[in-house]
Amino acid sequence: MIPIPGGQLMNLQRLAPEVVLCLFGMIVMVADPFVAAARKRTLGWLALVGAVLALASVHIANHFPGPAYSDLIHADSFSIFLHVVILSAVVMAIFGSLDYLDQENIQRSEYYALVLFAAAGMGILAGANELVTAFVGLEISSIASYVLVGFRRRSPVSNEASLKYFLLGSFATAFFLYGIAMVYGVTGTTRIEDVQAALGQAVTADGHVPALAILGLGLILVGLGFKVVVSPFQIYAPDVYEGAPTPVTALLASGPKVATFAIMIRIFYVSFASAQGYWFWAICVCAVLTMFIGNLGALMQTNVKRMLAYSSIAHAGYILVAFAASTALGVAAILFYLAAYVFMKVGAFVIVTHLGQQDEKRLLIQDYSGLGTKQPVVAACFSLFLLSLLGLPATGGFVGKFFAFQAALGVSRRALVLLVVIAAVNTIIGAYYYLRVIITMYFQAPHRDYAPTPVPAAVAIALVIAAAGTLYLGILPSRVWDLAQTAAGSLFPH
Amino acid sequence: MGTQGYLLTVITFLPLFSVGAVLLLRSDDQVWIRRIALAASLAEFVVSLLLLRGFDSANPEYQFVERHAWIGESIQYHLGVDGISLFLVLLTTFLTPIAILCSWESIHENVKGFFVSLLLIETAMIGVFVSLDLFLFFVFWELTLIPMYFMIGMWGHDRRIYAAVKFILYTMFGSILMLVAIVWLYGKAGTFDLPDILALMQSGQLVFPPTTELLMFGAFFLAFAIKVPLFPLHTWLPDAHTEAPTAGSVILAGVMLKLGTYGILRFCLPLFPEAAHRMAQPIAVLAIIGIVYGALVAIVQTDLKRLVAYTSVSHLGFVVLGIFAFNTVAIQGAIFQMLSHGVSTGALFLGVGMLYDRRHTHEIKQYGGLATPMPVLMSFFLFIALSSLALPPLNGFVGEFLILIGTFQIHHAWASWAASGAVLSAIYLLWAYQRVALGEVTVEKNKTLPDASTRERIILATMAVAILFLGVASPLFTRRMEVSVNNILEQTSGSRNASRPVASPHAPGIAALRPHRAPTAVAELQVRP
Repeated sequence: MIPIPGGQLMNLQRLAPEVVLCLFGMIVMVADPFVAAARKRTLGWLALVGAVLALASVHIANHFPGPAYSDLIHADSFSIFLHVVILSAVVMAIFGSLDYLDQENIQRSEYYALVLFAAAGMGILAGANELVTAFVGLEISSIASYVLVGFRRRSPVSNEASLKYFLLGSFATAFFLYGIAMVYGVTGTTRIEDVQAALGQAVTADGHVPALAILGLGLILVGLGFKVVVSPFQIYAPDVYEGAPTPVTALLASGPKVATFAIMIRIFYVSFASAQGYWFWAICVCAVLTMFIGNLGALMQTNVKRMLAYSSIAHAGYILVAFAASTALGVAAILFYLAAYVFMKVGAFVIVTHLGQQDEKRLLIQDYSGLGTKQPVVAACFSLFLLSLLGLPATGGFVGKFFAFQAALGVSRRALVLLVVIAAVNTIIGAYYYLRVIITMYFQAPHRDYAPTPVPAAVAIALVIAAAGTLYLGILPSRVWDLAQTAAGSLFPH
Repeated sequence: MGTQGYLLTVITFLPLFSVGAVLLLRSDDQVWIRRIALAASLAEFVVSLLLLRGFDSANPEYQFVERHAWIGESIQYHLGVDGISLFLVLLTTFLTPIAILCSWESIHENVKGFFVSLLLIETAMIGVFVSLDLFLFFVFWELTLIPMYFMIGMWGHDRRIYAAVKFILYTMFGSILMLVAIVWLYGKAGTFDLPDILALMQSGQLVFPPTTELLMFGAFFLAFAIKVPLFPLHTWLPDAHTEAPTAGSVILAGVMLKLGTYGILRFCLPLFPEAAHRMAQPIAVLAIIGIVYGALVAIVQTDLKRLVAYTSVSHLGFVVLGIFAFNTVAIQGAIFQMLSHGVSTGALFLGVGMLYDRRHTHEIKQYGGLATPMPVLMSFFLFIALSSLALPPLNGFVGEFLILIGTFQIHHAWASWAASGAVLSAIYLLWAYQRVALGEVTVEKNKTLPDASTRERIILATMAVAILFLGVASPLFTRRMEVSVNNILEQTSGSRNASRPVASPHAPGIAALRPHRAPTAVAELQVRP
């Protein structure tokens, strides 16, 4: 029997961040008619207050850990950790959006409301302890992002991206839903731990898992692999990331990825723990494909946004290396990597947003030439994020990669050693395209067409948060690493 | 291991703090940026001299040890020096002010960035030499790359971007595999701490199967061999050295190459002794090929800076050869050669840089007969060239001689082949000097070139004094290395079975060569393992 947790209040407390996000999302929409068209920006600040309050309310959830709503959602330290990561990304993305929307002349309340709703969906996904709830969270966040991607309505690229994302994304979620149905068919339950128990009984003496369950897991992998942008389900990502308004790309590349990895960990590590022998190889193959496609794809790009899109594919591959480790240490490494990833990736996209200028016309790597002399601070920040993405010591990206390697090599298994060596080789491929941007910024003569752009306060704040996070995780990772390990431990109660 | 304050932390991070001071200045305030950078680097040198005062050369343990938890339990902030790293730290702190001084007038663009990079490199390089934790070591190791990359790419010559990218991709490729090996090593040993790992190995709790050991050795060695650079991995070096600004070349040749040989000595040998012995033969052959090949290629260069760059391939080959001779004398010679190469080649690059400042070319053809318009500069140049070609009693001689003696005990052929490199070095350096300095002035413009300025005289005189001091007072250095070198040899041979031929870890060091012990010294030197 499912234990009923004490009282509605407790449920709300455990769901405090989502409650705050939805509340502010609605407030922003309701307040819209009362705000003059020229002052819509105020709503952005209101949304920002909502996001920051949600971040603060994670503390409440942290204070009352445990299951909520008949154990559909867990407020454990795993979900708390990821809430902080997701909401940090959301806060930075909103900071990066304020001036962008003014510049593109699309300053509207719906944008902020959708961002908050998407964040609520990601929060639910991070805490979901039941497959249908996870599906609902995934849909909340996805549908909001379909709209956000097409938010530059007058731009054909944005529309194309939105449609592409919507059509393919719907397919992907359908796969996920089919997968859930099959798992339910085999186990008769959709709760994460109950599936684990039921599968544990269904496993035959020689370790065979029912074929239907494996098929279900495969379909789930397709659905979730699409959302975390893992090859071979990555086809849509470069187009969508390129077409979406840049702050939305920042959000897309960070939030959903983090949240989806959360549910992936719960499903693979907990529910399908007994099928590890099956999914291990699938994950390894995906990891290799993802790393190579991401890095080789990025190598050929001339557009910064597209390059960063491919780079985020590559990073999903590095995370899968830790994923394949199938240990608590691997989970901790994934969590740390996600934290580091969010700061460097959102930071990089905020800079691309800022430099993009009206109609996002300044997106080619070549357009950044001479940035190092014209805008030394912006160029230095961008270099920091790029070097972190590349994985240079003293940045979060390096420590993340280090923990990922450590987790994978901690398991004495030849396939994992090979996987780490492949990841290492990919890092070198990555070095080339990240450094190419730095070369353009510092070693080439300044571009004539573009004058230095003053950095608005909101962008500056976003950059400070991102840079501070990247350096903090790179130089003093101890505290966050401890938290990540505790969070990983909470998944495996025994 | 006694804790002696925070001296090493201060030495490591003082340049980083001065970066903060430099950053506070306005970008166009070039005068003060230079002054503060110079003052900081001089202060750094003085502070680093304190190491000599407290250093106990009879103590085989690491000294000035600092040890704090950093990330979790397993990654520590663990610093310490022994007789090997001590002098490399001093070499770094000695060459940095020189590099700053030589860039006084030649750097005009983005002066702030230049000196910031230079000071950052100093912190990173010292960090490499004093780290005793593999993770910390790797962090500093990688951190040396980016400022050097900027230095070549922003302030270098015509093909600077190509050279910078080649430099960084080459070195990163090596180091990322080393990272994998470091993490793997941690998986086996449960710690990143070098002394702890070695203790585990000594007590037999940590044993690697031969294949594993060979792979790990390979991953570490590849990173170091690229840095050294060992033939055939040297192709990044001529480009990087030639395209870098003078200060960059001085730091690259002076210190950065030694990161590789230091790494081999500190990590490859003690951590993977069996593999090191198994691979000694092929590595020595590569080192000898490097010695001869580097020298031959240097002879045919038409570009003066490229010529000097190739001499590094040759000279560093000696160092690698000395290390893989596995005896005290040769390794002492190798370490001494690292110091002496840092000073001599650094000085050669300084001289070439001074010529470049005047004529903006490295073509040997553009020079000729320079001794007439600038006698002082050319005299110093000759002195430096002589030290580099190992003329007794200058510094170059001591290192090469010790390496050859030590190697000769192990393998006659190796030493004979290597000795040919020493002869070739006389050819390329003297011939280059002849073409640049002697005879009639061939190019009209050269007749009016100004001789060395006061600043340049200070730089050159300092280098000349250092050259002479290293040459004459070499026992002061070798004596302090001896215990640490024996310590490494002991770790390297500790787990080996006695049947394999190996030099006694307590083979007589350079002390045996001193005159008052001469009668026994000869006998001792002839003891074959």
